[in-house]
Amino acid sequence: MVIFAVSTKNLSMKETKVIELEEVAIRFSGDSGDGMQLTGTLFSDASALMGNDLSTFPDYPSEIRAPQGTVAGVSGFQVQFGGKQISHPGDLAHVLVAMNPAAVKANALFMNPGGTIIYDEDAFNDKNFKKAGFVTNEPFSELNLTDMVRIGVPITSLTQESLKGLGLDNKSILRSKNMFALGLVCWMFNRPLDFIEQFIQNKFGKKNPLVVESNMRVLKAGYNYGYNLQFTTPQYLVNPAPIQPGIYRNINGNYATAWGFIAAAEKAGLNLFVGSYPITPATEILQALSERKDLGVKSFQAEDEIAGICTALGAAFAGHLAVTTTSGPGFALKSEALGLAVMAELPLVVVDVQRGGPSTGLPTKTEQSDMLQALYGRNGESPVVVISASTPSDCFWYAYKAAKIALERMVPVVLLTDGFLGNGSEPWKVPTMAELPDIKPRIAKEASTFKPYARDPETLAREWAIPGVPGFAHRIGGLEKSVTGNVSHDPDTHQLNCEIREEKVMRVIDMVPDLEVYGESSGEILIVSWGGTFGHTISALNDLRKQGKSVGLAHFNYIKPLPANVAEVFSHFKKILVCELNLGQFATYLRAQVQGFEYHQFNKVKGLPFTVNEITDAVNKLMEA
Amino acid sequence: MEEIKYTIKDFKSENEVRWCPGCGDYAIMNAVQRVMAEAGIPHEKYAVISGIGCSSRFPYYMSTYGFHTIHGRAMAVASGVKCANPDLSVWVATGDGDAMAIGGNHFIHLIRRNIDLNVIVFNNKIYGLTKGQYSPTTDRGFKTKTSPNGTIEDPFNPGQLVIGAGGTFFARSVDGNLKLCQEVCAEALKHQGTSIVEVLQNCMIYNDGVHDQITDPAFRAERQIILRHGEPMIFGRNGEKGLAILKGKLRVVTIGENGITPEDILVHDACDRDPMLHLALINMGLPDFPVAMGVIRSVQTPVYDQEMAAQISAIQEKRKITCMDDLLMSGNTWEVK
Repeated sequence: MVIFAVSTKNLSMKETKVIELEEVAIRFSGDSGDGMQLTGTLFSDASALMGNDLSTFPDYPSEIRAPQGTVAGVSGFQVQFGGKQISHPGDLAHVLVAMNPAAVKANALFMNPGGTIIYDEDAFNDKNFKKAGFVTNEPFSELNLTDMVRIGVPITSLTQESLKGLGLDNKSILRSKNMFALGLVCWMFNRPLDFIEQFIQNKFGKKNPLVVESNMRVLKAGYNYGYNLQFTTPQYLVNPAPIQPGIYRNINGNYATAWGFIAAAEKAGLNLFVGSYPITPATEILQALSERKDLGVKSFQAEDEIAGICTALGAAFAGHLAVTTTSGPGFALKSEALGLAVMAELPLVVVDVQRGGPSTGLPTKTEQSDMLQALYGRNGESPVVVISASTPSDCFWYAYKAAKIALERMVPVVLLTDGFLGNGSEPWKVPTMAELPDIKPRIAKEASTFKPYARDPETLAREWAIPGVPGFAHRIGGLEKSVTGNVSHDPDTHQLNCEIREEKVMRVIDMVPDLEVYGESSGEILIVSWGGTFGHTISALNDLRKQGKSVGLAHFNYIKPLPANVAEVFSHFKKILVCELNLGQFATYLRAQVQGFEYHQFNKVKGLPFTVNEITDAVNKLMEA
Repeated sequence: MEEIKYTIKDFKSENEVRWCPGCGDYAIMNAVQRVMAEAGIPHEKYAVISGIGCSSRFPYYMSTYGFHTIHGRAMAVASGVKCANPDLSVWVATGDGDAMAIGGNHFIHLIRRNIDLNVIVFNNKIYGLTKGQYSPTTDRGFKTKTSPNGTIEDPFNPGQLVIGAGGTFFARSVDGNLKLCQEVCAEALKHQGTSIVEVLQNCMIYNDGVHDQITDPAFRAERQIILRHGEPMIFGRNGEKGLAILKGKLRVVTIGENGITPEDILVHDACDRDPMLHLALINMGLPDFPVAMGVIRSVQTPVYDQEMAAQISAIQEKRKITCMDDLLMSGNTWEVK
């Protein structure tokens, strides 16, 4: 259960009931063609501009347009925003905007008791009840939602009414329905419409003034409808969050990842090359990088996943910061080439935006089940550095860090994010380039002594000699080699090289900060989590501490190598609970790497993020055990 | 500018060459090294990329920058190298298995994109490094270790794939003809865009004599036609035979017979954008036709790596965002005080 304080007070400017909340979660839901993702995004941006902290969660089907009106075709967008730090998009929604009966059905389980459902009355007819699989024409009773505040609004007909006389065909008119819902919700949450109006103007203004006119009309109609019906609707007021001063922007994890690489290339004084193949939910990173030719980014949409990593590896050989971006199935296809990067010891970053697996699995849903694939999913002894991001905006930092490690240590790095981080967004205090640490690629400078596999004695990193530069011509490849790069089948050389490649990765530990503990630094239970679950585990920690529980949280971003102080941190707790969105991959890894502790597990593989409640329950249960 | 003078020795690495004695690969490497030495390109600008197979050991024997990658992927890796640095002269050494089977997808997409790579396909119609299994270019019915009763599949003709994928350059040679190998490799190097050079190469061990029908000195004048742009398509011991279009079809004719005069003989136009005749030439085979050698197709269309660089510079000329700090502050930002 999300803890939120509710107080009511009257606002004189609008004589209506105002409920002041610390945080509110609202879910927009409709057919996948209803424009719910755009509605949610615009509302989030408008909220961010008002100074709310927020966290979003798009939840959409893998079919682009599943049959209309069915539960399979429901597309949702949840945003939680508030006057305090928001670290996750909310377990349960306070307000649901449902464009049809299927949307109510799909979201019934995700509603806060006593929440509000705003629905399009016009879409609540027998035909749609049937499509959504209701057996009666009482969808709310069928779903046990009668305790909800239900607000039926004839969204379709009011949209049609407000667009009368504009000469639009019915299809175009119906496409504007989402703007009515958006206007209504903006009124409910006291968001001014300026930002959204400006967005519409910028997006359609030049090309299609009629679209601007129609969207504006419908948006305002929705807003005014809320105003006129205020006596029936509780109004929610969410104050700006007390956050650090600075310049902020809203960013999702995929954009943050893309931008982190651009920043790293600029800092390192290199060109950036991305070779990728479109795959949900990672595609947006390739798109975001393709947009940045102004910053010299070379983007190559390859014919397949293998060509994605291979072109990137070629670019790395030729002296670029090279990245390839993918999700689980694509990552599997890249395995052999990643092994070549290990063998050749070239700097390369592979991003895996994890999704539900195995196989095609749940393409649009989130999961953390590729950790062991990242660590071990290659032939031979094939160590790579594995790191993970924990919030949408810190994808920027971990992409930057992945590039820094790859370039300074001549080693491939796997960056694990996930669908939840990639699609989710939050306000981000933007850094300046001056604040970011230096990146010093190991470019070979002395031709007379250059050997491809001569190593720095401290880090074991080799030097990077780049084709086109006189004096450094050399050969590398996937065969085992001697220090010259030439082929060697000598048994001792192979053993030595296997050990060196492993040791080289482990020595990256000097670039890994110590593990931090949130909450108690010693006590009953230590929650252990990694990657994209941070928002939920930190919220659970806060809730548990409010309840007076002796709990700490250790959240991991560095998987291989692990931070140096892990055993130290673990030793101060009686029990350790590893929470992850898989069947226990990190727990398995910890059992091998950090021995001497008993690791309890809390696992979920439903294609959904944790809820805070699930974690607090699991901790409480373990405490009683 | 100082004239660059190299000899073939400048392109040999210190590694001992370990192809089987008498392997056709030696001749091909020899030709490539000669072409590189004579091209006037600085040594450090060459990069040789390969996949897996006998031919793919090639980079280890060259003194240039080299990358011996994984099976089938050389063309993808080389694409990345060339896009990263279009100033390099990037060569790919590959075989019929590496390029036509496991790397088939990269082969056609490389050609479709027209990235400026020089690809030498060593076609010996067999898997040599794995000791004698049939390949995608093995003739139907041919017996190998994995087709003890003869294959039941038709082979690819690499040139057909080149044409099918919209290729801009295709040449064919045989390993035994060093002069021709050199000639077509030099043309490949000159050509901007993807150059595919098929070399009919003999594997002494697992497929010895596979191309003998074509290369036998006693018959080769009758069984090969060497095409050169702007020259008539004639062949035969005394240059008495030629290719002509009769009743809409490509035919072998004899000058002086059936009223055929030298004017009836086709003149080779490698630069014709229309691939129809090029395809007909590629398809020619024994016993009805001689096998076409030389540069069969060489046309100029936009080159991917050049376009990539051009797009970036055009956008950068008009750019508003000039650095990462600009990008970070662009669009919707707000200040919290």
